[in-house]
Amino acid sequence: MIDLDKEKASRPSFRERFHTWMEGEQDLYIGELEMRPPKNAPGADVKGKKVQQDDGRQEVTREKLKKALASGTENPEELRKLVPDTIVNMAESTDRLKPVSRRPLKILFDKAYPVLATVMCIAIVILLLVTVSWMPPFGSADNPASNEVAQRYIEQGLTETGAVNIVSGMILDYRAFDTLGESNVLFIATIVVIILMRVDSKEEKEKLSQEEEIYTDEKTLEPKNDVIIKTVAFILVPMLLIFGIYIILCGHLGPGGGFSGGAVIGASLILYANAFGFQRMGKLFTAKTYKVISFCALGFYALAKSYSFFTGANGLESIISTGVPGRILSAGLILPLNICVGLVVACTMYSFYVLFRKGGY
Amino acid sequence: MTLFEYLLLGFLIICAISVTFSRNLLNSIIIYMSYSLIMSILWVCLESPDLAITEAAVGAGVTSILFFVTLKRINALGKDPDQKEEKGDGHD
Repeated sequence: MIDLDKEKASRPSFRERFHTWMEGEQDLYIGELEMRPPKNAPGADVKGKKVQQDDGRQEVTREKLKKALASGTENPEELRKLVPDTIVNMAESTDRLKPVSRRPLKILFDKAYPVLATVMCIAIVILLLVTVSWMPPFGSADNPASNEVAQRYIEQGLTETGAVNIVSGMILDYRAFDTLGESNVLFIATIVVIILMRVDSKEEKEKLSQEEEIYTDEKTLEPKNDVIIKTVAFILVPMLLIFGIYIILCGHLGPGGGFSGGAVIGASLILYANAFGFQRMGKLFTAKTYKVISFCALGFYALAKSYSFFTGANGLESIISTGVPGRILSAGLILPLNICVGLVVACTMYSFYVLFRKGGY
Repeated sequence: MTLFEYLLLGFLIICAISVTFSRNLLNSIIIYMSYSLIMSILWVCLESPDLAITEAAVGAGVTSILFFVTLKRINALGKDPDQKEEKGDGHD
């Protein structure tokens, strides 16, 4: 109970927290959250970790520094003396301990900032409310929301697209161009990151690989041979894969579709990579696999939809029949397009994970 | 049914507020995951199962994993038991 009371006392009140949230907080030793210690700081790696351990001493020093700053001590050397040697500023520079220089413009900015922010917020709120007031009345018969388009989708959707699931019929037939754009966004986002991470010259590559060896030890990237994760993945991954394929293939018959099924497959690939490591995953899936699959899927999507737009716009007879609604091989182009979108999304989800985790394939 | 929906909406608001006020980033992500899960149940109640599947897979699954990986990259995921041992052996 005493500990609880202490904790309560040491925790800042709601008002104080709100104040720090508004004003920002001057962190007296920045660098606790550094991803990698700077190369020239010997021992910073080790001691930095130590800092995170003893919170008590840290608090005391923080208080001391705050007092010193409040009483007008601005000499960084003196401030540095207050910090015990065991606490190492990972940025390894006393510059961070200098108080922010009080230029008149800065003071003006600091004062004007909250006022301007409030005014901006209120202006935006008023603007949005005015826009809402301009919207057509709720439930009115001649709203754009209840014009003939929605009714036509519902009434004619089944005969025109052949999809039992009207949502799939809409997003992959009537609004197929939107979906192509969405898939392209995913592809472009991933491919741009891969391009940015690319290293061209051989010397740089060697340098980087040496650094990688130092920093990314096997423990951070590779799984720790965890029996629980491995067993769970062993059972779950096949089921998740089959479920994802089912969602994609039955997108035109029931709830589901390319995006959700692709996300499920991507999640199962992530689980597999987590349990069995990137080396095993690398045999199945590399950057080249990603590029080939995405390019083929998007290319097929664009070609197939170009054909159906061309025939549709010119009133030609399309060779793709809608088939009998309810069968698995029906709904014309929706099933292959669902597969394309699913492939792109699954690969993109896994690529996101790999790029976040390793920073490249 | 409506009572159930109101209950879920209440949970949703509680989750949304507690995400911002949680000091521990790991807790925030887990609360965010539960937010997505409640949202996906609500989508089912609102008769849009397509969205429910997507929300469950993307919101509760992949996005949270990406958040976890980010926390791991910036060393904010709490202490690793292995690293603790190393520290103890080497420098104390």
